Amino acid sequence: MSNISERIVDDMIGAGIDFVTTVPCKQLAGVIDLVENTDKMMHVPSNKEDEGMGLCAGAYMGGKKPCIIMQNTAIGVTINTLATLIQYYQIPLPMLISYRGEVGEPVACQVEMALHTKALLAQMHIPTFHFHKKHDVEELSDILAYTQMCKKPTAILTDASFWRAA
Amino acid sequence: MIRNEVLQSLVPVITDELVICNIGSPSQELFNLDDQPTNFYMLGTMGLCSSIGLGLALSQSAKVIAIDGDGSVLTNMGTLPTIANNVADNFVLVIIDNGSYGSTGDQPTYAGKKTSLTAVAEACGCENVVECKAEDTAEELKKALASNQMTVIVCKCESGNVKVPVISMNPIVIRERFMAEVQKRNA
Repeated sequence: MSNISERIVDDMIGAGIDFVTTVPCKQLAGVIDLVENTDKMMHVPSNKEDEGMGLCAGAYMGGKKPCIIMQNTAIGVTINTLATLIQYYQIPLPMLISYRGEVGEPVACQVEMALHTKALLAQMHIPTFHFHKKHDVEELSDILAYTQMCKKPTAILTDASFWRAA
Repeated sequence: MIRNEVLQSLVPVITDELVICNIGSPSQELFNLDDQPTNFYMLGTMGLCSSIGLGLALSQSAKVIAIDGDGSVLTNMGTLPTIANNVADNFVLVIIDNGSYGSTGDQPTYAGKKTSLTAVAEACGCENVVECKAEDTAEELKKALASNQMTVIVCKCESGNVKVPVISMNPIVIRERFMAEVQKRNA
């Protein structure tokens, strides 16, 4: 897992991501550790994902390229913020998401939000990318560039199979 | 004093600073009193004024004033620990605490009852927290800006709104003219 986490953080740095807010998840713990320990990014942990998106909006207007790291459960928390702040003001925001509740998930309750995740993202017209196989990570750099180009929130869903293979 | 009068008293104190203004009546009243390209008006998203302000302050060097409300801070209470633990000395959070949700019909907030946002901010670890009467807010803001230390000002004022139009400016226009000012100050 450490190699893939390093690859992800290297790609983020390579894409100019320099402000990251996080709400933790076990699957993304390695990525969060690296974000915390690099001097190439400012890491501001947030208490809730909508708060984190507020931080990212401010950081973007301050000249940074922000990214939020969170669980898919956060989609339920952030619909209004995505619509009325991130989308309405056209703020590029890659969301690196731990896609809990897919095959390999040990906690039954996580399945409940997994069932809604892609439907909600589709309803919100958010470009969505699903990392299921190890090699899916190869698209990350392009996704990050695409996010800046279109000035939209984008969702990168990383599931248990992806992390197990990594 | 009601919010509009507090804002009116702040206008001469705000010179070159960047302002993030809370959704609804606060933004509409400020827009009506003194529209500036250095003002970022929130057209939606209850609660996130202080978070946007902190993110902006941490990301560049110009001074940032977030004009927030008690109801908004209660909505996003997690913001205060984040502010306390990520100190930006170019950031002043002004909480206009009128004990009510002004934009939605002046329903009472808990901050107007038993809950002290001043005590909450202090308990969260914010180091410079000032509670003041409405008429002293401009003076406290002046002091906070001169101190070059991150400050939270809790301004206790009366509930009430003035009748001003909704902001019709396009959100992208608000953001782009604001970002042009940010860039000028960080060139």
